[in-house]
Amino acid sequence: MSEIIHRRPWSLNTLIFVFVFCWIIAAGFPFVWTMWGSFKVQGDFFSKADWAYAISGVRTQVETGGAFTGDGYFGAWITRSFWVAALNTMIVVVSVVIISLSLGTLGGYALARSGKKYAFYLLMLALVFRAMPHITLVSGYLLPFFEWNLWGHLPTAIIVMVAINQPFTLWMLHSFFLNIPKDLDESAMVDGCSRFQAFRHVIVPVMWPGVITTGLFSFLLAYNDFTVTATLLSQSNQTMVPKIASFLGTTQTEGNVMFAVAAVVSATAPLFVLVLFFQRQIVSGLTSGAVKG
Amino acid sequence: MKNRTFFWFILPSLMTMILFIALPIGSIFIQSFHIEHGAVLKEVNNCGPFGCKLEVQVDVKASEQLKNDKPLGKFNGFGTYTNRNHLAVNEVSEAWEKSPTFKDFLTKTYNLPFYRALAFTLTYTFVVTPMVLLLGFGIALGVNSLPKQFKGPTIFVSLLPMIVTPLIGSLILFWMIDAEGILGSMLQWFFEDPNLSLKASPTLTWIMLIIYGIWHSAPFAFIVFYAGLQTVPMDTIEAAMIDGASRWERTRYVVLPHLVPLIVFILLIQLMDNFRVFEPIVGFSAQASATSLSWIIFNDLAGGEGSFFGSAGATSVLTILGVAVLLIPVLIRTWRDFKGKVV
Repeated sequence: MSEIIHRRPWSLNTLIFVFVFCWIIAAGFPFVWTMWGSFKVQGDFFSKADWAYAISGVRTQVETGGAFTGDGYFGAWITRSFWVAALNTMIVVVSVVIISLSLGTLGGYALARSGKKYAFYLLMLALVFRAMPHITLVSGYLLPFFEWNLWGHLPTAIIVMVAINQPFTLWMLHSFFLNIPKDLDESAMVDGCSRFQAFRHVIVPVMWPGVITTGLFSFLLAYNDFTVTATLLSQSNQTMVPKIASFLGTTQTEGNVMFAVAAVVSATAPLFVLVLFFQRQIVSGLTSGAVKG
Repeated sequence: MKNRTFFWFILPSLMTMILFIALPIGSIFIQSFHIEHGAVLKEVNNCGPFGCKLEVQVDVKASEQLKNDKPLGKFNGFGTYTNRNHLAVNEVSEAWEKSPTFKDFLTKTYNLPFYRALAFTLTYTFVVTPMVLLLGFGIALGVNSLPKQFKGPTIFVSLLPMIVTPLIGSLILFWMIDAEGILGSMLQWFFEDPNLSLKASPTLTWIMLIIYGIWHSAPFAFIVFYAGLQTVPMDTIEAAMIDGASRWERTRYVVLPHLVPLIVFILLIQLMDNFRVFEPIVGFSAQASATSLSWIIFNDLAGGEGSFFGSAGATSVLTILGVAVLLIPVLIRTWRDFKGKVV
């Protein structure tokens, strides 16, 4: 590969560098900018006078005495109890990941080992389910949930998200299990294990890389969800994303968008950490379905 | 695997999918054929100092009772589908008859809520999807030819727009593009128009939403293509070079055909995801200039004027039909590809 790079004309090399550089700016700069701005006052972040105020923090100096302020964070987390939403998000996300992985590993394993025709049809059905816009499903839930008093509670949102997540989880784990040699569990069964024992003692110990990768995507789905959490949770049980949306409705009239900015940065931080530590797994997960399956 | 064992393994997963995906779809169909009860009216003899008169009043108690007994509402057949807020059969045929030009007809149709949403949803889907494929392929080619030590950090930064919550991502861009934000003021300076505001113009709002969509989804295409580029057979490339193929010809005739299955995969996922576009409209507060099918369903359910289950149901059914039409070609291809392999 390296010889080819050396043989590339300098004009093409420059073009590539400029193009990739532009993309990196487009992809990364908004986050840097918003994080920097979240420590300023509104007069700087949305500056009527000069956009460069957001860098130097002129109004922040005047209003708070320092170049940086944590007022937005204090307002969001303490005054407007964003911490409750963060706690709810944690409960929801952890439950969704654990439940959908437990169901998904069993199902994905069965689909990978079945070899029957109906397994193929089930996978196709899962693909069709994956295509359903989430809001159309939600409009099917609302009325029954109201009637049976299930609306507004965290467990309801959790099980709904687990279900919405299943088609994807099944597909992904199915392709991971296909890569684990059949001989492994079959030899265990020859030795007298039942199918479940073979799964439990032979497959479970070697399946973790695939499970972790799938878990990351379940995490992202639950963490990033707005449709389900905004419609199925009551005000007191709100998770972070609908909470941020509700900030927008009220804070702009109060003249305190900075609460929302601080909340947005707070909610993005865990995602940064996630990418930082699991970049390889995310990349392999994105491609496993495509390249191998 | 024995059928019995298979059944017990798949049961929990299948149960959640049946309960929370298949049944709701059935429920939507039933809901879409019903409509909210009207208020129950009663005649009351209202006697005042100037004599008695018969008045028609809303019987609150009876209305409440009726609502509790039959929460689904009353049967309405295809009434909801054909009314003004959905397919608007009467309005469209009237516009067809009375419009002097085709353009006039389109303008009139565009003013109907369902067609407005459909127009944006389709435009978004069919502009964003090819652009994502193109940009993703471009970035993948670019990153692939970077020196090794730059690749890791580049991929890290590239993943961010995709990984971030769609609502949060759109809010971050929305604040920057605000007339008082950095991008907004730069655009004002660039076009020398101090009153330029992206929020005020429908066209600019559409462009903004589409740019957001490309920004959000390009990393996905990039990663998939990038992984595909690692598996391009070097022998074939070298053979093409010996045959005198130029760089462009090698990309066009060796690399691209190798990536076709990936293009189909990205196309499938992107069509699914772009057709449900919803969060950016909330994040950009763009509902005045752009609505999507998902957005009007959400508005029916949680728009603050109560929930209209019949209306939401009808739009949902129409949306699902749209998804079906959109995906059938790609699904058939996936089906054929997949059938050739061992499950």
